[in-house]
Amino acid sequence: MIKLQDIHKSYRSGDQSVHVLKGVDLHIREGELVSIMGSSGSGKSTLLNILGILDSYDRGSYLLGGQPVNNMGETEAARLRNRMLGFVFQSFNLLPFKNAAENVALPLYYQGVGRRERNRRAEEILDLVGLGERKTFMPNQLSGGQKQRVAIARALVGKPKVILADEPTGALDSRTTQEIMELLKEIHRRGNTVVIVTHEKDVAEQTDRQIFLRDGRVSQSPHVEPHRVAAAD
Amino acid sequence: MLDGFQEILFTLRQNKLRTVLTAFGVFWGIFMLVLLLGAGRGMQNGVYEDFGSDVRDFIIIWTGDTSLAFHGMGPGRKIQLQLADIEALKQQVPGIRVISSERFVEEGTINYEHKNSNAQVVGVPDVYFKIKEDVPFNFGRRINPLDLEETRKVVLVGSKVAERLFDKDVDPVGKEIRVKEVVMKVAGVFYDKFNRGQASERVLMPLTTMEKIYGGGEITSNIWVRPKDGIDPFEFQKQVIGVLKRRHDVSPDDNRGINSFNMAEPMQRVTGLFIGIDVFIWFVGLGTLMAGIVGISNIMIITVKERTKEIGIRKALGATPFHIVSTLLLESTLVTGVAGYLGLVIGVGLLELVAFGIRSTGAKLPYFANPGVDFKLAITALALLVGVGVLAGLMPALRAARITPTEAMKSE
Repeated sequence: MIKLQDIHKSYRSGDQSVHVLKGVDLHIREGELVSIMGSSGSGKSTLLNILGILDSYDRGSYLLGGQPVNNMGETEAARLRNRMLGFVFQSFNLLPFKNAAENVALPLYYQGVGRRERNRRAEEILDLVGLGERKTFMPNQLSGGQKQRVAIARALVGKPKVILADEPTGALDSRTTQEIMELLKEIHRRGNTVVIVTHEKDVAEQTDRQIFLRDGRVSQSPHVEPHRVAAAD
Repeated sequence: MLDGFQEILFTLRQNKLRTVLTAFGVFWGIFMLVLLLGAGRGMQNGVYEDFGSDVRDFIIIWTGDTSLAFHGMGPGRKIQLQLADIEALKQQVPGIRVISSERFVEEGTINYEHKNSNAQVVGVPDVYFKIKEDVPFNFGRRINPLDLEETRKVVLVGSKVAERLFDKDVDPVGKEIRVKEVVMKVAGVFYDKFNRGQASERVLMPLTTMEKIYGGGEITSNIWVRPKDGIDPFEFQKQVIGVLKRRHDVSPDDNRGINSFNMAEPMQRVTGLFIGIDVFIWFVGLGTLMAGIVGISNIMIITVKERTKEIGIRKALGATPFHIVSTLLLESTLVTGVAGYLGLVIGVGLLELVAFGIRSTGAKLPYFANPGVDFKLAITALALLVGVGVLAGLMPALRAARITPTEAMKSE
C-alpha cells in the first residue's frame, strides 16, 4: 500500500539547511496497523506529511497504492489525498464554525457528492463512532475525545484506503486515549490500513508493527507477531 | 456550483461585520460616483435648458443701420436682407446644412371669438422647422410645402398665445382665428422654451401667405443657417457674413449693419466648463472607488490570513487549489457585485427622487434640472469595480492556494 524508498528531505532554516530525513525506506502493506515512533525532532511528523502528500520531498520514490507520487501537481495531489487518505490530527483540526455533521461531510464535498448524500453518509459515520446523538453540536460543545471521534469520522467518510493519524491521542487523557485507540483498531479490523505517529509507548504497543525513526532513518523495524487484539470488551 | 455558493454565503455570514464593512466601502464608492455624475448631469441639463429648445449649432443674422462709411456711402444706411441673399449664400458658401428666412411684421392683435391676445406675427418657409427641429408641437402639425405653394391661410400658434385664446378643453387645431383682422385656420400649437418661453408669444404663417397679405415681396428680417457636421462653425460664420457684407456694401468692420449670433460660441464656453466638471467628478468619483477597492484588497488579505488554518485543513481533506482560489474569488465578487449594485440602485433612486421632486413642485432651480445618470456609464463603473474587486482578491487567493497544508495548519 505504501512504499518509500530512500526518501530525503531537508528544510531551510535561515541560512542553514537541516537534513531531516536521510534516506527512509518503508513498506506498509494493505490492512496493516502500524505505529511510527521517535523522539521529538526525529522527523516523524515530516515523514507523516510526506506519506500524506501534504509536503514534498527532495529525493527518493514514494508509491501510494501502486501509484508514484513523485513530483505530483497540487491538484492531482489533492485528488489523490481525497480519494486515498484520511487524516486524524493531534489538535483535531475541526472547522469551528461547522457542526459535527458538517465537518464530517467536508471531504465528500470535495469529492463532488451531493448535499443530501453527504449528510446521509456523515450521519451514518457519526453513528458508527458513537456520536449519533451529537450530529448538530458545534466543536466547542464537544469534549476532546468527542472532537477526535468527529475527526476520525471525517477521516473515514470518504472511504479512504489509508488512515494517517498524527499523535491522535496526544491531547487526551488516558481513558479517552484508550477509547480512541479501540476505535482506530476497529477501523483497522474493518479493512483499513492505519498508520499512527506517536511518542506514547502504550499506544504503539497496541499496533501490529512499530517503526522507529532515529536521526532521520528507520532504525529498527521489528516484525512483531501481529497481535490483533480481540474485542477488548 | 450551488453548493459552493451556499458554502460562500455561509462563510460570509460567519464574518458579518467584515462582510458588511467591505460591502459598505464598495457601496459608498458607487453611490457617490452615481450622485456626482447625476449632479453633473443636472447642472448640464440646467444650463442647456437655459438655451431653450433650439438646436445647438445655428447662426442667426439680422440687420440694422450701418455705422461706418463704405464705398462712398455714409453711415446710417438701413440694410434689408433679401431672399436673393439666401440663394447667393447657397451658391457661394460650402457646407450649408439648412438655411431659412424669417420675416416679422408688426406685432398685432389675434382674436378668437371674444378673446384676444397680442402676438408677434412671423412668416416662415417650411425649412424653418429644420432649424426649430427641437421645438415640440403639442397639437397639430408644422407648416408644409403645400401651405407655401397654395399660400394657405394657416397659422401655428405659440402656446402662450393659445392659452389666452382657447379654454383648456378646446382643441385649437382647425379653429378659425383672426390675425390682424385676417381670418386664418390654426394648424398647430408649439412651445418654444427660448427666452424663458417668450418665444412662444408668436404666431407663425407660411412666408408666401405673409407676402400675399402684407406685400413686401422678396424680403426677410432674419436669416438662420446651420453648418453641416464637421465644419468649423466660426470659419463658416465668417464666410456667410463676408458674402452678405459684400452683397450689401457693408464695411467688413461694421457690426451694426449686418449682425450675427453664433450658438457655437456659448456652446464652446459651456462645453469647456462641462469638460472641467466632468474631469473633476470622475477624479473624485474614481478616488472614492479606489478607496473601496483598496478596502476590498485589504479585507481579502486579512480574510486569507485569518483563514490560513482553515484553508490548510480543507486542502488536507482534498480541496484543490482551484477550489480554494475560486471560493475566495467568488466571495469577493459576490460582495462587490451585490454592494455595488445596491449603490447603483440607491444612487439612481435618489436622483430620480430629486428629479421627481423638482418636476412635481415645478421648482425652477438656477442651472439645475433633471439630474440623472447615463445608465451605461454606471454599469461600466460597476463592472470595472467588480473586475478590480476580483483582481484585488486574486493575489491573496493565489497565495493562499500555494501554502502547504502542513504550514497552514500550524498557523493560529
